Amino acid sequence: MKRLFELAASALALATSPLCAQDVAITNATLALGDGSEPIEGGTVVVRDGRVVAAGPGLPTPADIPAMDAGGAWVTPGLFATVTTLGIWDVAAVRESNDERARGAPFSAALDTAPIVNPSSQHILVNRAAGITRATTTTIPSGSIFAGQGAVIDLDEDGSPVMRPRAFQLVDMSERGGAIAGGSRAAAHTLLRNALREADSYGDAARIPASGRTGDVRTGDGVPLDPRLAGVDTDRAGDALLTRFDAAALVPVVRGEQPLYVAVHRAADIRAVLALTEEFPNLDLVLVGAAEGWLVAREIAQAGVPVIANGLSDLPETFEMLAATQSNIGRMVDAGVTVAINAAEMENTRRLPQYAGNLVALSRVPGASGLSWGRAFAAISSIPAQISGMGGEAGVLAPGALGDIVMWDGDPLEVGSVPTAVYIGGVEQSLESHQSRLRERYSDLDESDQPKAYDW
Amino acid sequence: MATNWRLNLHSRKRGAGLSALACALALGACATTGTATARDSDDEPRFAAMTEDEGPFASTYQRYPGRPTALVGATVYDGAGGVIEGGTVLFRDGEVVGVGGSDLSTEGYDVIDASGKFVTPGIIDIHSHLGDYPTPSVDAHSDGNEATSPVTSEVWAEHSVWPQDPGFTRAMANGGVTALQILPGSANLFGGRSVTLKNVPARTVQGMKFPGAPYGLKMACGENPKRVYGNRGRMPSTRMGNFATYRQTWYDAIEYANDEDAKRDLGKETLAGVLEGDILVHNHCYRADEMAQIMDMAKEVGYKVTAFHHAVEAYKIGDLLRENDVCSAIWADWYGFKMEAYDAITENAAFLQREGACVVIHSDDENDIQRLNQEAAKAQAAGLRVGIEISDATAIQWITLNPAKAMGIDAMTGSLEAGKMADVVLWNGDPLSVYSRPEKVWIDGALMFDMMDRSRRPVSDFELGQPGEGDVK
Repeated sequence: MKRLFELAASALALATSPLCAQDVAITNATLALGDGSEPIEGGTVVVRDGRVVAAGPGLPTPADIPAMDAGGAWVTPGLFATVTTLGIWDVAAVRESNDERARGAPFSAALDTAPIVNPSSQHILVNRAAGITRATTTTIPSGSIFAGQGAVIDLDEDGSPVMRPRAFQLVDMSERGGAIAGGSRAAAHTLLRNALREADSYGDAARIPASGRTGDVRTGDGVPLDPRLAGVDTDRAGDALLTRFDAAALVPVVRGEQPLYVAVHRAADIRAVLALTEEFPNLDLVLVGAAEGWLVAREIAQAGVPVIANGLSDLPETFEMLAATQSNIGRMVDAGVTVAINAAEMENTRRLPQYAGNLVALSRVPGASGLSWGRAFAAISSIPAQISGMGGEAGVLAPGALGDIVMWDGDPLEVGSVPTAVYIGGVEQSLESHQSRLRERYSDLDESDQPKAYDW
Repeated sequence: MATNWRLNLHSRKRGAGLSALACALALGACATTGTATARDSDDEPRFAAMTEDEGPFASTYQRYPGRPTALVGATVYDGAGGVIEGGTVLFRDGEVVGVGGSDLSTEGYDVIDASGKFVTPGIIDIHSHLGDYPTPSVDAHSDGNEATSPVTSEVWAEHSVWPQDPGFTRAMANGGVTALQILPGSANLFGGRSVTLKNVPARTVQGMKFPGAPYGLKMACGENPKRVYGNRGRMPSTRMGNFATYRQTWYDAIEYANDEDAKRDLGKETLAGVLEGDILVHNHCYRADEMAQIMDMAKEVGYKVTAFHHAVEAYKIGDLLRENDVCSAIWADWYGFKMEAYDAITENAAFLQREGACVVIHSDDENDIQRLNQEAAKAQAAGLRVGIEISDATAIQWITLNPAKAMGIDAMTGSLEAGKMADVVLWNGDPLSVYSRPEKVWIDGALMFDMMDRSRRPVSDFELGQPGEGDVK
């Protein structure tokens, strides 16, 4: 009986959930806008044609949209996760299923995550059900200090996850980068400089045109052709270290047209990375990790470099993290740095709200620096979106933003809370996954009539 | 009956098991008095190592001084599933004296107003590698897996523990952890002996050893052993190879335990301790089908599995686990990192609780050990969402009394009741909320951490003179 009902329900859901944007008006919500402000009671959010048209307290609801009374429930923008590997692996330790590390590849900076993102990955499903609606995803440095180019993705069901291909380049200048480069940070620095210089001259020689960013900037789905790879084939010096593709990939980096994410932890290494702009003035730097960032917070703030920072690392995991503390983010924010919480630090990406919540708790500890609720929530919504080039588009409920709305069964930063509804671009999403199906099957252990294999 | 026979026979030669061990630990002098074991007077050997029952590597831990303390007005989770609103907790001389309502007299105690705050027993992590995989996580510190043979029951985790691991201090200050079990890693089928520690800073591991705690034996199922040894072209390279090796090893251990004249064998001595019931088996095992086979092997051989660790599929066999009286030590939300973790779900703990099976939330991680309370809260919330009633007090029990039971220290700690060790955490809010932190942590009644007083913040040797020394962390 139960199964019959579920079948009927899912057939209904199929029939009535078109993959196009619905107009949505939610009233009477505990509303977090994602912009750093504190939550609002009695809030309203209105979405038309997949975009937010209004969000705030006591707004009138449009007559032509059926209003949904949230009954005081929490409503927020979708969360934005940065520096993930969502969609490029199934089981981390099962090498056959894992595209995170192209260790044996002949290419480095040219590696492109965009064509390999699998929107049906269980991790995309699980994280969507946890309220994450947009993310950046990237391969990880392994054979080279360059990871390659990460993409901005959405986590919706439409089969086209890539919003912005080649959104950034990632280079590892940490202890690990030194090891990859040949056993010393000196090797990493030399490799990076050589690569940027090769790219600089190659860009001119190959007459690669300037672009606002790499390739077309699209807010919809799709993977446009990378114009750099269609550049004029040109002879290069015999001692060139980079392949033509790798040099081409770094042209927009050295021109400042594509952000360069730099994985780095030690205070001294952060200074050395910030100093790169003396040689390469156009670099658009973003620091990733930055466990000792708080020690050089003022310098980072002065350089205007945003940080995707470890939030709860508080152990000297390596000699470059001796000063790690949970106050890292709070202290950098106090110094005026733009800081998002780094999803790469976590056991799994859906812990983003837990990390943000812990930073709120920290504000009650004498000598520590935490964040207000509003700022902590912004560090997993609007700020990572802004750093990822999606400012005003994602992670925020403001007119013109994408219609990513999450309704929760409690305070979203509390560890016990989960979404009850997730809209991406105005489309209500399934919250189902392998995990939810297992949960349903094992809601009892009754096999008196049939084995569990028939319970689906 | 067979068990008793084995136990008696064994006792003749090697002493009376746990009770003798406890005696040795308590007195610390049995070895020099030489009275613990009688040797044949006809050919008294010139040289003799201490026997196990004489307590080598005995604990030297002694509680630190503490003030008689009354925590008044708090919400008290007693660790055993009880809750008292506006409760009073009294402790002095290292022991809990009383737990009750506002009617308890606080005369003679330093009174701490804990209204609006919460009190729990000290948090206990049944699965940690602090000290044997310490930070900094450099190769020179990699002391958790003796991955040179699939059977290394002879190694003892305590011989790898570096007491200066800064992770111990973080677990106390941020996680309220007062006791923890350090296990060897899972590369081997028989990984070696675990050690249970008081989370007290000390110069030596003996200074941390939990007096009277039984030893554990770490075993491992599944992918790790077969991968590590299969990749070297040796057995085991399959799950069936795992089982063949387990079983033959147990048969050999039984022969050893039955043979009074057997040459002393450190590894088999640990296995014999398991057969005796003195050493508790902690078995790393993810998959439901493998756990079921391990439980049958335990019946075949004649020992008991105390707990499955990382039991991500335990929810599929909650009934079996209850019937066999085996605890499941689990994470709240780890999943997908390896094939045998593919079916992990956040309802695991709740489904076990529904079946009446024993739940322990563990960390296996130097970061998550700082937030076991939050992991318990996640697992509780997942259950509540699917209609399984799990009280807050029960969720706290998952990280206090239940691990204490599975570590064999529940007569001493794990809940707040008169006569038990005063291992106590005062939280500045509901410990099942992300917004709460340990405010004060007492171990055996001594104040070892105080969020409000930076002089009560432990700093390991390693961190002295380094950036961030003494920071809040």
